[in-house]
Amino acid sequence: MPSLRPSSRPKPAPFDTSWSTATEIAAAVTSGKTSAAAVVEDALARIGERNTVLNAFTVIAAERARARAKVIDAAAANKQKLGPLAGVPFAVKNLFDVAGITTVAGSKINRALPPAKRDSPLIEKLEAAGAVLVGALNMGEYAYDFTGENVHDGASRNPHDLTRMTGGSSGGSAGAVAGGMVPLALGSDTNGSIRVPSSLCGTFGLKPTYGRLSRARSFPFVTSLDHLGPFARSTRDLALSYDLMQGTDTDDAACADRAVEPTLPELERGLEGLRIAVAGGYFQQGAFPEALEALDRVAKAAGASNEIEIPEARRARAAAYVITTTEGAALHLDRLRDRADKFDPAVRDRLLAGAMIPSPLVVKAQNFRRWYHSRVLELFKSCDAILAPATPCTAPKIGQQTFNLGGVEMPVRANLGIYTQPISFIGLPVVAVPVTLQPLPIGVQIIAAPWREDIALRVAHALEQMGAVVAPRPSLKVSA
Amino acid sequence: MADPDPLFDFIIASARTLGLPMKTDWLPEVRANLEVTLKHAAVVAEFEMPDDAEPAPIFAA
Repeated sequence: MPSLRPSSRPKPAPFDTSWSTATEIAAAVTSGKTSAAAVVEDALARIGERNTVLNAFTVIAAERARARAKVIDAAAANKQKLGPLAGVPFAVKNLFDVAGITTVAGSKINRALPPAKRDSPLIEKLEAAGAVLVGALNMGEYAYDFTGENVHDGASRNPHDLTRMTGGSSGGSAGAVAGGMVPLALGSDTNGSIRVPSSLCGTFGLKPTYGRLSRARSFPFVTSLDHLGPFARSTRDLALSYDLMQGTDTDDAACADRAVEPTLPELERGLEGLRIAVAGGYFQQGAFPEALEALDRVAKAAGASNEIEIPEARRARAAAYVITTTEGAALHLDRLRDRADKFDPAVRDRLLAGAMIPSPLVVKAQNFRRWYHSRVLELFKSCDAILAPATPCTAPKIGQQTFNLGGVEMPVRANLGIYTQPISFIGLPVVAVPVTLQPLPIGVQIIAAPWREDIALRVAHALEQMGAVVAPRPSLKVSA
Repeated sequence: MADPDPLFDFIIASARTLGLPMKTDWLPEVRANLEVTLKHAAVVAEFEMPDDAEPAPIFAA
């Protein structure tokens, strides 16, 4: 049975996997340097210890993970070829279906649902490559959140400063990776829910093109904006896991009928020949100095001196806001009618308001979306990638309600995604890369044209090779 | 006592029409959220689009 109890039989791995990448772990398991069982026990012990302070996991699937590790080690003993993620522990935001576990999606209401019958296809694909699911992760209720706070499960905590937010809504995913609990996690991004927590926790995060990865057997939020994607501590791990998760899926109506386009072979090609620009205007207004410093560092490292204007970005963010709240309200209308008092009040009040927006305003937002999409695609005729801040600031304090954005006091919860929303609004692929500032990291978005994840990953990898972006290791003190 | 604020009236009427619960102590936050969303919607609506502009999701038979 899944539980939240720490592993009862911690067994140290022969080598330290506490900050290893997925690629390094798989290589060690494949070469026989360690076993999948040892790696999994090590991860479970670390999760049991660190989750007491980070609150990233809502379910630890210890027995499932041990059983899976045993299968991998048996295959190794039989000299069978192991997958590229052999023995790699990973975890998923708790809106992914995990067989035998109820998909709570950060809510109290969904706890009454029966356990999922089958894993999400993305879990199936990663496990087919040898990865080992070790649990499900904390998230903002129904993904309507940028903070990582959850009234039912408690806030996930930032490994770099436990008094600060992870960002959301995939807060547990970023916290688990940044906190050294797993090298790889999956999350979802409707308006920024991969990129915002990546930025605040200092991880790499990939929000692929809309329609690229199957969302089947995951709990939705805004189906016309929902994406799934990975968090990792290296670009290679992002590329590897992303490549393994690609593929058409008729169980997701939005999943594109496209062949797998591997990015890993392109990763080492460097920046040569790429035209990289910096988003100006809206994307630099209201940003705190640290966001601009991070952007400047990445731009200099990438040799990006050309500044471009993404047209009508402010209006795009406004339209994304309208579509999100109204589609979200439509999804939850019956639950609002019957069980409104069981929602997080902050989510409930936003959804109730969303239910009352007149439909012509929603249609206008969708009309604008098409116009904006065509205009932004024009930009990619003169550049290959665009750099922009991921968040306006580093991680705010847990419980902080407002911050000063461009001279105006604004709610944190709704505004941490001001720079991510205009991008996911039209489904562009983005890699969020971490810049190590003191005392806290902050992310920069590398944005590419639709279906060009390869370019965003290639730029991110080149920056990582230069040392311009790195997932910082927290000096996490956990008392047993 | 009738509330002079048209948004409060709108919220109460909408909730009743849609069959949504609306407790008195929820009203200020729902109103604040509605006001923000309507401001965003107005920013979008003021943008001039041609009459034949298609919305982003198009149904294909």
